[in-house]
Amino acid sequence: MAAAQKNLAKGPVARALASRWAKPAVFVLGLVPLGWMVWLGVSGGLGAEPVAEAVRQSGLWALRLLLVALAVTPLRILTGQAGLARFRRMIGLFAFFYALLHVSVYVGVDQFFDWAAVWKDIVKRPYITVGMGAFVILTALAATSTNGMVRRLGGRRWKALHKAVFLAGAAGCVHYVMLVKGWQYPPFVYAAILLGLVALRYTKSPAAGRLSPSYRT
Amino acid sequence: FQAPLTVSPKDPKMDAQTPMKSATSYNNFYEFGTDKTDPSENAGTLRTRPWEIAVDGDVGKPTTFGIEDLLAFPLEERVYRLRCVEGWSMVIPWVGFPLAELLKRVDPTGNAKYVAFQTLSDRSQMPGLKYPVLQWPYVEGLRMDEAMHPLTILAVGMYGETLPNQNGAPVRLVVPWKYGFKSIKSIVRITLTQDQPPTSWNRSQPREYGFYSNVNPEVDHPRWSQATERRVGEFSRRKTLPFNGYGEEVASLYAGMDLRKNY
Repeated sequence: MAAAQKNLAKGPVARALASRWAKPAVFVLGLVPLGWMVWLGVSGGLGAEPVAEAVRQSGLWALRLLLVALAVTPLRILTGQAGLARFRRMIGLFAFFYALLHVSVYVGVDQFFDWAAVWKDIVKRPYITVGMGAFVILTALAATSTNGMVRRLGGRRWKALHKAVFLAGAAGCVHYVMLVKGWQYPPFVYAAILLGLVALRYTKSPAAGRLSPSYRT
Repeated sequence: FQAPLTVSPKDPKMDAQTPMKSATSYNNFYEFGTDKTDPSENAGTLRTRPWEIAVDGDVGKPTTFGIEDLLAFPLEERVYRLRCVEGWSMVIPWVGFPLAELLKRVDPTGNAKYVAFQTLSDRSQMPGLKYPVLQWPYVEGLRMDEAMHPLTILAVGMYGETLPNQNGAPVRLVVPWKYGFKSIKSIVRITLTQDQPPTSWNRSQPREYGFYSNVNPEVDHPRWSQATERRVGEFSRRKTLPFNGYGEEVASLYAGMDLRKNY
């Protein structure tokens, strides 16, 4: 296994992941949903209710990118591509960025900074309470995402704190399940993917066993 | 069509008509999918000719009306506000006739206290029926006096044209003082009953959607506020009016009722 990993690490994929262009490329990819939303906005593609659609799209992208960030480590283990790890922080920060956009459009455009109405929503409506909970967690994680903060908190405490990302993911999924009307399946697809990613971390495959120290972070 | 009839346009700004393109591309019609654009994209498969509505139950003369019979009623234009339970609203010029005119033709008996409505439920025409979003067919109901109220109409057109499929062709109910989901689309059956009939959203979430479902800014939906709404095409929210602004006409129907309980 270790030998296979070494070989893989020298393959074209590993070289691409290690390239100095890889991070800028992921950064640009992370901006694509924003660009798409702006394009829809100016071309009228957000439909008859552009505010509601902007809230919906930004929320969906926050959840999608959060799941992608959570998939990085399992994917690294499964493929043996150690080079994947260095993109995890950026993808996580993009998830936070879209969550921030989601909350900003809701507070600033949908509610037009009516803080009383927003506060009432947060305390009275469970799906907004849960969604805000996810956002608070993501904010804390984004704020402590720098190397300096890792150093200041100490590795062990930092890791413990950043496990809360699963809680944020779960809250995001629950938020989505709770806000739709009737029995709709798309929110459950996101929840199932999250559960799958969590299950992967706690499955003890022989390979994972060997790699376990970093696997559970 | 007869001379256009416009109902209570007290504030001309408030009642600016929603662009037809918005009213025909932003729809809730879950039989064709749950996204707002699904009905306009998928409802092409709905066959609206021939079409029949069976009217039965506690009536002296059970009758099946063909679409030609419905179009033979004197048609009027009614410009109504439509308030969706989700917190958006539109102003739509409907073309139709009072439901009361149809009900009078079938001779309701003294037992008829409620009117039950049913939407078409055909998997070959309605792709959304594959998903158990709601229990199909979609059903709705009104109390007899609500059904006989002059504001309650059966619509066969909008914006001076034949009703588009995504808006509930060929014939739908429009009850302007209630949340939009009460205005059931693509009706195939109307049954007069003695007992209060089941309604789809109430059956799905009784705590969230009552039988009456009158527009009421004081009674919040458990998951969001009903105090404000955004008129489609506008930027900021506006205050929601009791009975969607039709209180003068309909509030007396609910005299003595606790509308917090009977939401």
